[in-house]
Amino acid sequence: MFHNLGRLLRYRGLIQSLVARELKARYRGSVLGFFWSFINPLLLLLVYWFVFSVVLPGIRPIDVQPYALFMFCGLLPWTWFSSSVLEASNALIMGGNLIKKVLFPAEVLPFVTVFANMIHFFLGLPIIAVALVYFEVPINWLDLLWLPVIVLVQLLFTLGLALLVAPLTVHFRDLKDILGNLMTFWFFATPIIYPMSLAPAGGKWLLDLNPFTHLAISYQEVLFYDGPFGHWKWLLALGGASIVLFLAGYFLFDRLRDSFAEEV
Amino acid sequence: MTNSIEVDSVSKVYRRFARRRQFATLKSALLSGSLISDLRPDETFSALQDVSLAVPQGQTIGVIGPNGSGKSTLLKVVAGITKPTSGTVRVNGRISALIELGAGFHPEISGRENVFINGIMLGLSKREVAQKFDEIVEFAQLEDFIDAPVKTYSSGMYMRLGFAVAINVDPDVLLIDEVLAVGDQGFTHKCLDKFAEFRRRGKTILLVTHSLGLVERFCDEAVWLDGGQVKATGDPKRVVDAYLIDVEEDEEQHIASGDAKARDATEAAADEIADPPDMFQATEGRWGSREIEIVEVTFEGEDGEASHVFPSGARMSIRVRVKAEQPVADFVFGIGLFNAEGVCCYGTNTDLEELKSDRMAGEGEVVFTIDTLDLVAGTYKLDVAVHKRDGYPYDYHRLLYTFRVKSRTNDIGIFRPRHRWTFPTNIRFTGPLE
Repeated sequence: MFHNLGRLLRYRGLIQSLVARELKARYRGSVLGFFWSFINPLLLLLVYWFVFSVVLPGIRPIDVQPYALFMFCGLLPWTWFSSSVLEASNALIMGGNLIKKVLFPAEVLPFVTVFANMIHFFLGLPIIAVALVYFEVPINWLDLLWLPVIVLVQLLFTLGLALLVAPLTVHFRDLKDILGNLMTFWFFATPIIYPMSLAPAGGKWLLDLNPFTHLAISYQEVLFYDGPFGHWKWLLALGGASIVLFLAGYFLFDRLRDSFAEEV
Repeated sequence: MTNSIEVDSVSKVYRRFARRRQFATLKSALLSGSLISDLRPDETFSALQDVSLAVPQGQTIGVIGPNGSGKSTLLKVVAGITKPTSGTVRVNGRISALIELGAGFHPEISGRENVFINGIMLGLSKREVAQKFDEIVEFAQLEDFIDAPVKTYSSGMYMRLGFAVAINVDPDVLLIDEVLAVGDQGFTHKCLDKFAEFRRRGKTILLVTHSLGLVERFCDEAVWLDGGQVKATGDPKRVVDAYLIDVEEDEEQHIASGDAKARDATEAAADEIADPPDMFQATEGRWGSREIEIVEVTFEGEDGEASHVFPSGARMSIRVRVKAEQPVADFVFGIGLFNAEGVCCYGTNTDLEELKSDRMAGEGEVVFTIDTLDLVAGTYKLDVAVHKRDGYPYDYHRLLYTFRVKSRTNDIGIFRPRHRWTFPTNIRFTGPLE
């Protein structure tokens, strides 16, 4: 397994060019092209803002201002996470031609989906930066140093899950549909459109068990709230768990590797 | 000399498709690292059984065999795309597998970008692709279209580009699966030239093909796979001949059973056909009053054995068993040969040949002998008939019997006249192609 893990480094050129291809191909033929990477998260934000400010204004937390910015801090990383996992679940099947007809390292495929979505996430960050300046949110520069750590933890966590989900979907196609619904539920079970403080006392422990809660809170604390970053212990713990998850995911992937060419 | 490819008693077992066992395969894959250990024998299928093969460096090996004999599986196992269920495979050097051309192309992006990504997938670095880029494009003859998205390519362009990339990876071992049927004649020649160049440079080639001529001309050795097992290996000419004989035997059985089926069908429908259908309509059938009945029709070769496959130019006899319950005075025996397109190649009867009928009673055998079957290779059907001089049919068998003519020459047309070439001394040939 570790031998194979080491090979991953050799594939970075391949991963790089496949990610570039993915990004190029996604918007090829559309009028706005690459701008969709900016427009998509903005439009998503607009939808949520519309729901919670116009349709259901009563539900919206009063003490969180500006609410749209708060929501965006969680929504952007969530989009990276959920798109990655959903696409990864389909990645081996979509890449079946490669696995069956070319000598091709299959693990590259889930990596590519996660990295391609990470690029989209990065492209959304300037929007947050502009908004932070516009709303004159005080920025704690020391806190901002934590941002790369948070991104790294999320990357490991997402990769781990992607590596778990991709080979299992090859054997159980049902997983793709289950995941779609699970992700919707997971989104609402994470403090993204509401702050953690608004969670009912009885459900708080449940939210704590949700790994993405700690990522969302970390993003919010670093970007949105002023005051020191107090969630770092949780974040580092999640980082440790993510390493374990990544290794477990890779182990499973490696174990099922030989079955792909036949089952895809 | 070292071996480039060593395949040591390799077996490959596939799972037969069954939804029910989905979980079992996952479980056994997880627990024992094998997909099929949990399956019953009737749920598996052996694509390769105990295949061993050693290919010395620089040799070109042709793999032949009928469809489903495991040729492609062997190639995939050697390429490392699938793992053998048991046995080991060792390959020295960089492999390039031409199994499906352009398998990794993304339709939305340009040919240029696809060349780069495909090259990297096949193990080149970005710089290496850049170096070979012009050569690749020139080989694929796509200079004008290289910046268009691949989805706008014709299938020929697509394959040519895939081939050009794969061949320019500069492999030590080249695996080719029936991909020469890709382009037009010109491109095929270019591919063959490229393979020849590979041979000269001491590369190893494993070629899976149905083109037996290619194996004979091009390969140092041939391997004949059948039902997942190696049936013969060695000198290409010998192996190809052995394979052809086997194919003939199969064909023989196939024609015999096909003819029997057609006759059974007409037998069942015989009562319904009251009026003889249009004589010149090429459909199978049987009709007639049966005052004289054709009981059996068999083909016989030079050796006197019943057969359905004959070499072009050999002797063929058509034996027709006939029976008349009552004595008959007015009768004509006729024969017609038709090719697969329904063209009448030859037809004659005893009336045309001015034989006047006198009397027939009881049973007997009419033999129609063709001394030299001067037809080109192909499948032919036979009309056999007994009728009155005015055409009233006793028993008419239309296209109910099939025979094949085989030939090592791929000449065209229908009839092969006996012929020879004569040349003056200043036009010379080196003899037959190797």
